[in-house]
Amino acid sequence: MAYLELNNIYKTYGQGENETEVLSNINLSIEEGEFVAIVGFTGSGKTTLVNLINGLIEPTKGAVLFKGAPVQGTSHERGVIFQNYSLLPWLTVGQNVYMAVKEAFPKHSKTELSAIVADYVEMVGLTPAINKRPKELSGGMRQRVAVARALAMKPEMIIMDEPLGALDALTRGNLQDEILNIWEKDKRTALLITNDVDESIYMADRIIPLRPGPNATLGPEFKIDIDRPRDKTEMNDNANFKKTRNAIIEYLMDIGNERKTETQDLIELPDLSPKDFVNQFKY
Amino acid sequence: MKQSITLGKVTKLMGLGFLSTIKDLFTGKLEKEDFKNFLRKVVVPIASILLFIGLWHMGSKTLYNIEADFRINKALEEQGQAAADAVAACIALGEDSSCKPNTLPSPAQVWESYRSLLRDHNIISADKAAFIEKTAALNEKRLAEGKDAITYTGRPSFVDQIFRSLKTVFAGFLLALFIAVPLGIFIGLSPTLKSAFNWFIQIFKPVSPVVWYLLVFMIVKTLLIDSNEDSSFTISFISVGLCSMWATLVNTAMGVSSVDKDYINVAKVLKLGNFQKIFKVVLPSSLPLIFTGLKITLSVAWMVLIAIELLAQSPGLGLFVWEEFQNGANDSNAKIIVAMFVIGIIGFLLDRLMLTIQNWVSFDKTDAI
Repeated sequence: MAYLELNNIYKTYGQGENETEVLSNINLSIEEGEFVAIVGFTGSGKTTLVNLINGLIEPTKGAVLFKGAPVQGTSHERGVIFQNYSLLPWLTVGQNVYMAVKEAFPKHSKTELSAIVADYVEMVGLTPAINKRPKELSGGMRQRVAVARALAMKPEMIIMDEPLGALDALTRGNLQDEILNIWEKDKRTALLITNDVDESIYMADRIIPLRPGPNATLGPEFKIDIDRPRDKTEMNDNANFKKTRNAIIEYLMDIGNERKTETQDLIELPDLSPKDFVNQFKY
Repeated sequence: MKQSITLGKVTKLMGLGFLSTIKDLFTGKLEKEDFKNFLRKVVVPIASILLFIGLWHMGSKTLYNIEADFRINKALEEQGQAAADAVAACIALGEDSSCKPNTLPSPAQVWESYRSLLRDHNIISADKAAFIEKTAALNEKRLAEGKDAITYTGRPSFVDQIFRSLKTVFAGFLLALFIAVPLGIFIGLSPTLKSAFNWFIQIFKPVSPVVWYLLVFMIVKTLLIDSNEDSSFTISFISVGLCSMWATLVNTAMGVSSVDKDYINVAKVLKLGNFQKIFKVVLPSSLPLIFTGLKITLSVAWMVLIAIELLAQSPGLGLFVWEEFQNGANDSNAKIIVAMFVIGIIGFLLDRLMLTIQNWVSFDKTDAI
């Protein structure tokens, strides 16, 4: 029995004529302690897939099994890092994390909870900013808070929905390392949704491309056999890395081209030419 | 988070940013590039105020002459040259109210009336103080004997009426707050309640203050039928509250029902309970809209107050205006204009007060509008 299982998932939005099938026939299983990345184009249904797994929405058909039991609603066992941080702007960094911790550990005393908050804020390097509000922070700092909030609840599985999508390349690299450090420290199960192939190869054990929606479905998986800890600069020369990277990109490009030809019905343009415009000015 | 409170911060919070520009002018901190800013923010408003007063002065002079000429001509046609001369002399003297043209007062007259109202206030408050002093011993004795104390029943001054109006408007505002905010929250949270209340809101929102007053009068009159107390205050503050609560009700309901989906997802992922969700996520995120509603409510309350006081014969600025209009004394028109400015300035200050509170509680520190 896999740790997380998705069996024949279908998800449709709308009803009647407006009904669109976003996800079709999704099958996925993740083992405990594994780091899996799902790579896909924007608009391919990645966020829908994440919301199915974390329990915010229910599949139209099929079942999501977490530790053998069907997922019903959200759970503290699955921590989520949202694409757009989703911090509450009226709370400070500390308060945002505290709110999550308080819900996750209702029996802890206030001092214990504050200690957990302080630990995790320290871990993402935001102790000096603990009393600031999200608006006063940079994008990278906000995402760190979101990471701290998700991890402070000590979830068994971390689900990340394009967590670094809105960040610049440098901040991105730093946060990738931080997330990997945390994951390696307590060997939690992790699912990363991303549109960045390099990022997924750097971070994941296994990469599964998501074929773009509507009717998005998962493609064949790619295993990454690069020893951890991985080094970004060395990896660029690694033959294994190059091979996998090219294979994935080729696969995604092929899907892209396939879709293009599918939609490229030739439209005959009417044969029009301007009236004798120039001659009008010749008297 | 400790922040030093400076004049600049306070004025910015109140939306009175130009005050700090004036301060910079006096402390000599004004840079050259700030000069344009100073021109725009300080000189231009002052110039426009002067222009306004100038136009007003000329306008009132013209109106005065039109009415004076009319009176003289009328006397000439009806009673002959002698009467016309008498009227002209009387108008030129400008003291007898029987011949004085009764029209838009000039800025100088309004200023004079303002000062006379203040003098009047000083006389009345001195009188009141003297009365209280005189009756202090007697009242003590009466209270000891279990009788009611003697209170001052003289005419209220203009300033007393301003405070009376403010009291009515705040009572009405609080009533609106306590009805509209909770109701708005319930309506915003429950689509069922929303459809139950929607017709109610849509129909009663556009009803005129006068009709609200009549409705409240019908109900309160019956409820207080046994009581000998003056019900005009009760009636007027309830009417003010009912007239003005709609903006808050609609804004609260809208704010609560349109909370950012991201925040709701956070609440779901954190598994917040219903109570927690409402107080930790839904309410804070709709606070800016609730306060926008409250701001509108307060200004509407102040606006309808005048009409309602006038109808309810409840002491206050509205009644003052109406009594001056009926009075028709020499300076009545000028007093009405004084009241108009006082009403406008107080309305402006109330608006700033709400804006300050809104900026203070709101996480979303937008600039003052």
